Amino acid sequence: MLLSVAVGLLLLSIVRVATGADDLTSGGTVSAALALAVPIGLAGLGGLWSERSGVANIGLEGMMILGTWGAGWAGYQWGPWTGVLVGTLMGAVGGLLHAIATVSFGVDHIVSGVAVNILGLGATQFLSVIAFDGVKGAGQSQSPPLPDIVTVGVPGLGEPLRSLEKHHWLLVSDLAGVLRGLLTGVSLLTVLAVLLVVGSYVVLWRTAFGLRLRSCGENPVAAESLGVNVYLMKYAAVIASGAFAGVGGAFLAIVAGNGYREGQVAGRGYIGLAAMIFGNWRPGGLVAGAGLFGYTDALQLRRGGESVHALLLLVGLLLLVGAVLLALRSRLVAGTIAAAVGAAALAFYLRTDVVPEDFTTMTPYVATLLVLALASQRLRMPAADGLPYRRGQGG
Amino acid sequence: MRIDPRRVLLAVAAPTIAIVFALLVTALVLTSTGDPVLSTATAVFDYARKPAVEAQILNQGTIYYLSALAVAVGFRMNLFNIGVDGQYRLAAFAAAVVGSSFTLPKPLHILVILLVAMAVGAMWAGIAALLKTSRGVSEVISTIMLNAIATTLVAYLLRRFKVDTPGSNNVATKSIAESGAFPGLGLIPGTSVKVFGFIIIAAVAGAAYAVVLSRTRFGFDLRATGRSRTAAIASGVDVRRMIVTSLLISGAIAGLVGMPQLLGGSTRSYSLDFPAGLGFTGIAIALLGRNNAVGMALAALLFSFLDSSSLILDFNGIAKEIVLIIQGTIVLSVVVIYELVRRYGVAAEQRRVSRQLDGATA
Repeated sequence: MLLSVAVGLLLLSIVRVATGADDLTSGGTVSAALALAVPIGLAGLGGLWSERSGVANIGLEGMMILGTWGAGWAGYQWGPWTGVLVGTLMGAVGGLLHAIATVSFGVDHIVSGVAVNILGLGATQFLSVIAFDGVKGAGQSQSPPLPDIVTVGVPGLGEPLRSLEKHHWLLVSDLAGVLRGLLTGVSLLTVLAVLLVVGSYVVLWRTAFGLRLRSCGENPVAAESLGVNVYLMKYAAVIASGAFAGVGGAFLAIVAGNGYREGQVAGRGYIGLAAMIFGNWRPGGLVAGAGLFGYTDALQLRRGGESVHALLLLVGLLLLVGAVLLALRSRLVAGTIAAAVGAAALAFYLRTDVVPEDFTTMTPYVATLLVLALASQRLRMPAADGLPYRRGQGG
Repeated sequence: MRIDPRRVLLAVAAPTIAIVFALLVTALVLTSTGDPVLSTATAVFDYARKPAVEAQILNQGTIYYLSALAVAVGFRMNLFNIGVDGQYRLAAFAAAVVGSSFTLPKPLHILVILLVAMAVGAMWAGIAALLKTSRGVSEVISTIMLNAIATTLVAYLLRRFKVDTPGSNNVATKSIAESGAFPGLGLIPGTSVKVFGFIIIAAVAGAAYAVVLSRTRFGFDLRATGRSRTAAIASGVDVRRMIVTSLLISGAIAGLVGMPQLLGGSTRSYSLDFPAGLGFTGIAIALLGRNNAVGMALAALLFSFLDSSSLILDFNGIAKEIVLIIQGTIVLSVVVIYELVRRYGVAAEQRRVSRQLDGATA
């Protein structure tokens, strides 16, 4: 894990020096990547809880939307932390709805998730008209601006790292940029999010409760025969799932944005789910996935044309190397495809100077697809994930 | 086919209960915001009886129906084509660009445009199909990503292919020539609003959907794969091919979703304000109509009726977004109630059989 991060940083560093796209590893990019990764990671964490208990949750998007609205509505009246709390609760309500439909009534999980998404969107739009009409600084589709949550950082680190970064040395400056992004000017809510990930790991993998919860996702009939209250576990997991998505929504409204806006979530619930799948239904993996998407998203914001253009060089070269490796293992079809895509990426890199803005907007989504296409065959989801379960069905 | 009155009753009961439940929720929301329930309901129904509004409901219903059909083809095979949204927008854009680049005699011109739209829709769905069959990527995630990619792709291409219309801020493609216009029908007396001629194509597509699924080998294979993949494999169905074919068909139908508006609208061009989000409504309608050709038609009309009421709600000073709440509640309650009714049906069937068995042994 650490090794692959190090290799990745080295590659990025080389590409940065070769292309002069300094924003590839600048502190600003890393800081933006962190801020963009947090909501995706929180949504993914929601997905992790739910799917580990055996309930597929594509309603995360709707629960996040509820979270953004709750944060916007409570945040401007009673301060940002109340906003986070109410956003969390609203997300949990969305989770409760999903739990009632899927656990108690055995509705297809995807169907219920889609319905929660429709309902979350509709409810927030309706509530906005009622709650924000005539409020100063607000509109029918947005809340007033919210007060910010304080940022923290390791003291005395910012300036030395910034001056190191300015030299643009190979690897050293990149490392300084990454550290500056991660250790200075971090929102307290980001710190909380990191704690939530660690806490989830401890609860799900190191406690009896977590073992019971996960056993419901692997084999609910067996869990039931051992005396586990499967319905209760699933309810707890799905409500927690909604709460995490709600925190993610609150983060979007308070830290990433400046208040609730309609359409703010923009598919992040789905991307979070994809990050969790990419992370093989594990906390560490989902952090890596969220980091990847946050990074590609941040790149397109910071001189996107140039940075994504430089990224093309990296992708092209990696694919060509991969093609050679595949060919050596005599997997010719896969090798040819990799070589063709790699050559296309390189050709595009050489023939253009910047990537048009629309295509940089696409980067996180294309990256999601590529990553899933490359990773999905070695993944293993909880054995009973998404399957209907009724108490006593084992006979 | 033998019609069992009990099963018909159960099939009708579920959506009826769901709609009544959704109306109750709506009444509750209206009461909580202090709006009058009864007079609002009368206003909505009176408004929907105006001829122009009726025509509008039929038009919107046509579009919704096509979208629901596209979703339902996947649903019947346990595939969730959430990408109908991206598929129809990309298809409509491509059809607008290609269709406006030449002229042909009337029926031929329309035919070529429709074929382009279906091909593009199928191609976009085909990406998800290939990712699923070759790499095992869930179509739920991939179609959602493809939706987002389609949005930015269309935005980019629209700027490259736009033509400037003086005095308008709207960015649009070149208009398709008159020979590409799909004639409207004066179905409803008392209004000048024409009903989309495309309603006929939608009806034909619905009939074809019903016949192919219940009367052909392909339809049987498709439903069998949806019910039990292992059983289908055991009986010799090539599941991979079924996934690709059904997603291609779903995408092709999705390609038609934008056509009533593109060929039957006034501008015959793809512009920034081309309707978006129809694919998601299609999912809701397919769920409500239980993937049944007739059921989805009724559901499409219901949703279209609810949409039309937003205008009069606005006029009466009620937040029109309440329509979204009604629609969401209907979908969620209908799936819950279907499940309850199904459980009730199974239990009733078990009781009936056990009674018969008791009678036989006694």
